[in-house]
Amino acid sequence: MDNYLIVIVCGIVAGFLARWITLRSDYRHYPTYPHGQLVHLAVGFIAASLGAVAVPAIMKPDFVAVTFLVLAAQQFRDIRNMERETLTRLEETKLIRRGTDYIEGIARVFEARNYLVIITALITSLVVYRWGWPFAFIAGPICIFLSTLLMSGQRLGDIAEVVPGKVHFQGSLLMVEDVIIMNVALPQTKEKILKEGMGVLIKPKNDDARLTLDAPGQRQAIIHDVVSILGSKVDIAEPDLMPLARKQVDKGYLGLFIVANEPDLDYLMEIIRKVPVLESARGTALKSYFGRKAAD
Amino acid sequence: MDIGLRESILAIITCNPAKVSGGGCPVFLAQDQEEMEKTSLLLARILGGMVHDLENDVFIIVRH
Repeated sequence: MDNYLIVIVCGIVAGFLARWITLRSDYRHYPTYPHGQLVHLAVGFIAASLGAVAVPAIMKPDFVAVTFLVLAAQQFRDIRNMERETLTRLEETKLIRRGTDYIEGIARVFEARNYLVIITALITSLVVYRWGWPFAFIAGPICIFLSTLLMSGQRLGDIAEVVPGKVHFQGSLLMVEDVIIMNVALPQTKEKILKEGMGVLIKPKNDDARLTLDAPGQRQAIIHDVVSILGSKVDIAEPDLMPLARKQVDKGYLGLFIVANEPDLDYLMEIIRKVPVLESARGTALKSYFGRKAAD
Repeated sequence: MDIGLRESILAIITCNPAKVSGGGCPVFLAQDQEEMEKTSLLLARILGGMVHDLENDVFIIVRH
């Protein structure tokens, strides 16, 4: 019995640590509150327990218990719904929205992380059961390391070049280099934009990247990340200085315009390079035969 | 919940009445360019919209 206890405890600890490490409150601004984090740590703890109990249940052997474990794992699908619902509700009161693509991505990540916790707990408890508890200190960190490594997706810097672009006006049209952003009428606004506005060009490296940048969801994610770090001068009922990302239709690159509270162009470009490529927006043209043919 | 007209012209401000005619939208006449800018700024703030320039002495206010 003691043997099982050690196996389960090791599994739970490893799984719980995995959840803790992957739970980062960073620029995504979510989850920011201790309550939100507690919810995820608690669910992570349950997931870790599930994974840890599985090995002793099989070894016992108690196959009914294993079946119930599989059933319990179904519950984690609700995590995605919960996240999606919360974030979508919060969208309504946001000046700069995340966009549904980003929300969907975040929700999926939260669900997937719980499965990673289950796998981490499962492997750790299996190792402990087979070779003894000191090996938990090897298996646990390796699993945690692998899950953080595998789950870090592509970033915009990997698929596109980010270069500074000149903000200027052509008549009443606001342009970043040769990308038309919007029509601005008032001279005060124009003056402010010319003085404080920052422009950036995001040039895709290949056809896949071009498709990714085409997706409005991906553009919204870029804007949200930039604004959540540098701030913006948009206010309720004053949309004149709204940050926007528009496409150069002929050449396929994006022009991004923002009037930020912290006008620092270097960091702006660095932030854009660090924006995650959204799964739902990811272009895969080059994976198809005709896509490759058409590209050259 | 936020309900309102979006992506449609909420008001037209012009100092050249010949350029606009009736329609479903209020038209504000101004004496000169300066008054036009002032009126449109005020209207935009009130309506929560954005001023766009049609480059023919006509400004429109649109809520996006």
